[in-house]
Amino acid sequence: MDSLLQFLNSYWSEMLFKTWQHFYISIIAVIFGIIVAVPLGIALTRVPKVAGIIMGIAGVVQTFPSLAILAFFIPILGVGVKPAVIALFFYSVLPILRNTYTGVKGIERNLLEAGRGMGMTGWERVRYVEIPLAIPVIMAGIRLSTVYLIGWATLASFIGAGGLGDYIFSGLNLYQPQFIIAGAIPVTILALLVDFLLGKLEKWATPKGIRNVKEAV
Amino acid sequence: MLKFEHVTKVYKGGKTAVKDLNMEFQPGEFIVFIGPSGCGKTTTMKMINRLIEPTSGSIYINGKNILEKDPVQLRREIGYVIQQIGLFPHMTIQQNISLIPKLLKWPEDKRRERAKELLKLVNMTEDYLDRYPHELSGGQQQRIGVLRALAADQPLILMDEPFGALDPITRDSLQDEFKRLQQSLGKTIVFVTHDMDEAIKLADRLVIMRDGQLVQIGTPDEILREPADSFVEEFIGKERLLQARPNIQTVEQVMNPKPITITEDKSISEAIQIMKDQRVDSLLVVDRYQVLTGFIDVEMIDQNRKKSVNVGDILNTQAFAVQKDSLVRESIRQILKRGMKYVPVVDEKQRLVGIVTRASLVDIVYDSIWGDVEAEKQEKHVG
Repeated sequence: MDSLLQFLNSYWSEMLFKTWQHFYISIIAVIFGIIVAVPLGIALTRVPKVAGIIMGIAGVVQTFPSLAILAFFIPILGVGVKPAVIALFFYSVLPILRNTYTGVKGIERNLLEAGRGMGMTGWERVRYVEIPLAIPVIMAGIRLSTVYLIGWATLASFIGAGGLGDYIFSGLNLYQPQFIIAGAIPVTILALLVDFLLGKLEKWATPKGIRNVKEAV
Repeated sequence: MLKFEHVTKVYKGGKTAVKDLNMEFQPGEFIVFIGPSGCGKTTTMKMINRLIEPTSGSIYINGKNILEKDPVQLRREIGYVIQQIGLFPHMTIQQNISLIPKLLKWPEDKRRERAKELLKLVNMTEDYLDRYPHELSGGQQQRIGVLRALAADQPLILMDEPFGALDPITRDSLQDEFKRLQQSLGKTIVFVTHDMDEAIKLADRLVIMRDGQLVQIGTPDEILREPADSFVEEFIGKERLLQARPNIQTVEQVMNPKPITITEDKSISEAIQIMKDQRVDSLLVVDRYQVLTGFIDVEMIDQNRKKSVNVGDILNTQAFAVQKDSLVRESIRQILKRGMKYVPVVDEKQRLVGIVTRASLVDIVYDSIWGDVEAEKQEKHVG
């Protein structure tokens, strides 16, 4: 216990910085993931045949060992934050893509037909009907993806991107359990905190009319 | 207003859904497309707002070919009500009603005003504006569905079995309410249904379809009176045809063709003599061409006996008469409404041809209750 307090005493400012770094890497990757996966997911609902293929590919990417992907980008992009963010981005895509696709696909057809028949353009249907109705499912995908990424971002330290992974690797290399704990606990706390905040965001983003009416989606 | 010219729709895979359709409708008409499922009625309706594109032929709205218009623009000018109501669950009632005005970029306060105005039409209060669809009953939801189609004051409204999902009582009251609304607003409606009762109740004109083709088009009365073929007869149903029979009989079929008459130049004593002989209390007065000029009755004679000599001096010229080809239903209504004992029947030149009395009504009632039984008995005798 003493050693832990001593550790915190000498490392707390560095820990805060590394936590921030960790958070930053994960969040940037998720944001890119959202930018790519949400529009792609909506677009795929228009072409169900292509959707199967793209989902398959995304599924395969997901199974690549994370260390391998990180290592793979070193020759192309060097070391540091950039390759780490890109590698994590690949992991963030699938859950968001799959949820967006399922969410939009699950909207009752007659609602879309009502929209079309009343004279909404394709974009207006996406903006006023599909996204609002699919938002709870899309948000669930984003939450899942973010929590995963906060865990995986630990590996980013392996290619010199920093983050809380640094402590865990140092701890492993030097056999210093307090370092491992100093890495693992903040990662867990960060993941839980972000999950909680995104949960709030999800609730806020869900239109009032469908908050308690699940059958509508 | 709305015109179909050689409209054909062939789906991918070669199935012909609609074949060479030609028809024309007037503004303000309530048109009902009806037929068994797969007859092409929904396809036909959806071609009007181009949710389905015709394979060949043209459709005109107010003389303009809709195929040359931008589909989105076209649809905003046509109201659309779908079967499962299709209110957007994430939008408030106001947002649902004023969706099209919003897309048309009306300012917010004008949209709200319009939504309030529309709610009044269906006797719903303003506090519904900020509620969500799931808080409303099915009947209320479909009222909103209808209002949504009226929001931008579209002159033409398409309705795809809009009352199909409602319970029979709600459906019935909504039909009445909607028919009234349509008449007061003067909208042209194209309504698709497979429910014959609904069709007869609502339609100004019925379009009966089978296998993508037009079988018969006409007012409900015309179709009930003269079904084009055995398919229509069967589709309408024997029961409905039987029920409809008393309604579509003409006065000529039920009237007494020998009314007791007198001419104006006859004296009052002669009139009394005729009444006595024929055991009646009033006489119809005609001129020498049999044209109805009025009537006299015992009371009138009694009051004027001393002063007058001729029938012409005392007759009441306010005789109400019905045309011989008018419907029995109508004449019955007139008799009951005016509290008359009889109605004279005239032809197109106002010549008296008969009379419908309360006794004739009793005959009609008798026929409609026991007529079939009698007919059956007779058949048995013959057999």
